[in-house]
Amino acid sequence: MAMSNNTRKIQTPEQDLAMRRQDAMCVNESDISQPWWHNLKYAVVGIFFGVIFIKAEIVSWFRIQEMFRFESFHMYGVIGTAVVVGAASVFLIKRFKVKTFEGEAIQFEDKKFSVGQIYGGLLFGLGWAMTGACPGPLFAQIGTGALVIFVTLLSAIVGTWTYGYVREKLPH
Amino acid sequence: MNVLTHPWPWWAAGVLIGLIVPALLLLGNKKFGISSNLRHICAACLPAKISFFQYDWKKEIWNFFFVGGIFLGAIIATIWLKNPDPMQIHPDLARDLAANGITHLDGLVPSDLFSWSSLFTLRGFILMVVGGFLVGFGTRYAGGCTSGHAIMGLSNLQIPSLIATISFMVGGFLMTQLLLPFILSL
Repeated sequence: MAMSNNTRKIQTPEQDLAMRRQDAMCVNESDISQPWWHNLKYAVVGIFFGVIFIKAEIVSWFRIQEMFRFESFHMYGVIGTAVVVGAASVFLIKRFKVKTFEGEAIQFEDKKFSVGQIYGGLLFGLGWAMTGACPGPLFAQIGTGALVIFVTLLSAIVGTWTYGYVREKLPH
Repeated sequence: MNVLTHPWPWWAAGVLIGLIVPALLLLGNKKFGISSNLRHICAACLPAKISFFQYDWKKEIWNFFFVGGIFLGAIIATIWLKNPDPMQIHPDLARDLAANGITHLDGLVPSDLFSWSSLFTLRGFILMVVGGFLVGFGTRYAGGCTSGHAIMGLSNLQIPSLIATISFMVGGFLMTQLLLPFILSL
């Protein structure tokens, strides 16, 4: 891979995948290499997701406050229903060994416990209630015309970079 | 058209979001998650010899297309599917916000708190800059966000994801119930 960054260590594909898996839930497990425009299908799914974000007011700061003040069932209902539908889908995919449209086997990785899930989870929870947004809704909030949220997004990128910088010193 | 422009009920949104999990898996073996984007941006722009950012981010480029879509979808819904009615907000929340001078309750992002002018106030700086930092730092330390842990992880019955999701909620309760009243009063 021709990289402008010549400090990159040469890694085998397995090492590279292991590094991408570190502290991550969503990793591209596909071994198929395709031209870039194949990724447009993920943009279509994203557009669909962005419309839901707005129309169900999931990116609303007010809805997030109502959730944490127990004043509305809305967000609990959204997340709960999504988990039920997602879990049924994953179950069916595993049960019937469903393959991707390209014929690749779909595999699931078991996650290991780390205290980071507690410490990091608490820190993210604080930020979620402050900004009214998780990482996905940040992009959607900017899309509503609240351009100042770009600052919040930049700050989130700085936060992620800082995590990478201090990662070895933190308990895991 | 009314069905589309009025706010969608939780069950409809929940079912549609849940279906994104199998959609991404079937389209190309992709696990539903968003916060990793922030890491890929770091890996692409400023890896700075940090081993956590030393990987081939181009393998995860699909995730940039995914959030690019979210951004576009939000624009589309804001322009063409705008809710014609004022947003419904719980009266207790509206009252507590009004006590801190937050009275503009239209829009999904309250303009009294999140604006360029409030960015340079202590309250706005804490909410936007500190809040954003915590979102970026916390999600990566936790190894995922609401989509990765709460939806993808729980859908795959992962105990670590349940622990993470409970931690997200506890953090949110602490902020909204204990700390936010003070921050909003600044």
